[in-house]
Amino acid sequence: MSNASDVLQVSLWRGGAEGGFKTYEVPLRPNQTILDIVTWVQRNLDATLSYRFACRVGMCGSCAMMVNGHPRWTCRTHVAKVAQKGVVEIAPLANMPIIKDLAADMRQFFDKWVVAHGAFAGSKTRADEIELIKPAEPARVAVDAAIECINCGICYAACDTVRWNPEYLGPAALNRAWSLNNDVRDADHAGRLAAVSADGGCHNCHSHQSCQAHCPQSLNPTRSIAGLKRLSTQAYLRGDLKP
Amino acid sequence: MNVRFYIWQRATAAVMLPMILVHLVVIFYAMNHQLTAADILSRTQGSIAWGLFYGLFVVLASIHASIGVSNILREWGHMKARLAEMAASALGVTLLVLGLRAVAAVVLP
Ligand code: SF4
Ligand code: SF4
Ligand code: FES
Repeated sequence: MSNASDVLQVSLWRGGAEGGFKTYEVPLRPNQTILDIVTWVQRNLDATLSYRFACRVGMCGSCAMMVNGHPRWTCRTHVAKVAQKGVVEIAPLANMPIIKDLAADMRQFFDKWVVAHGAFAGSKTRADEIELIKPAEPARVAVDAAIECINCGICYAACDTVRWNPEYLGPAALNRAWSLNNDVRDADHAGRLAAVSADGGCHNCHSHQSCQAHCPQSLNPTRSIAGLKRLSTQAYLRGDLKP
Repeated sequence: MNVRFYIWQRATAAVMLPMILVHLVVIFYAMNHQLTAADILSRTQGSIAWGLFYGLFVVLASIHASIGVSNILREWGHMKARLAEMAASALGVTLLVLGLRAVAAVVLP
């Protein structure tokens, strides 16, 4: 690895919260992704390197890491796009405890989905007629814009409010709540709205759109959260919400 | 921050905004007409309208600022909710007292 232009200087986070960055030299390849680099280090330099991935094609949402300070899905992030003068720094997702090396502990992230009533609450049995939903209905249009989340946690790692306020449910869980409260088949609209209007809920969002700027699925949690704020304000003024 | 604080913060801001514009116009008016302190006091002293206008503004500003400061103390000061609310309430009361005192000083005859 003598030719500097063929070699990347890659700093990887090693260890837990008290760990630090360690630099590796990795051969530069065409169309190489950040996940390729991490895998190359693990296979060729240090088999004890821990990280998480599954699908490698941007579907499962398990490979997110901080790349040069920004949260990204590493399997679909090309080195050529993000390397800064041949240097790449990769760390576990921000705003989550570190398990080891590049693996972050996503439990809080998923627990908050539960707090935000992120599960669909069905109201019918299999004996009932299938609900007819027209694609052009405004509620369905709102749902369409908010689904396709792959639970990668990138928005959560990008959100300053999550960093400042550990209670804050975060963009992904709130985006999920918005899509369910626009689903006419769901039976938990009031309970979910109360959950996302409490302390730690949608009203903490500062609307600075970092989540939206980083979401690999081009979702716009900021808009979904604004929708929740609107619903919640209306419900409070009607007297339906008692925080 | 919950829905109640959110609505109070937004509502007080919405009412204060036009009031701030009126306040700015008043300042420009006073500057353009080169009003002295005595001129201004002669207009405000005994004026129920100015007393209500600035009295209301002080109340709104105290509510608005204390909600905002409570949030800042929690997010940037990492204070517990209860403590932040207490500190912000103390600030709100201080603003209210100081503000109403200032209003009284210019409108009471
Ligand atoms: S817009 Fe709201 S949810 Fe998105 S990053 Fe900003 S504070 Fe977080
Ligand atoms: S909203 Fe986007 S960034 Fe956030 S978890 Fe879902 S796919 Fe990932
Ligand atoms: S490995 Fe599945 S999204 Fe990257």
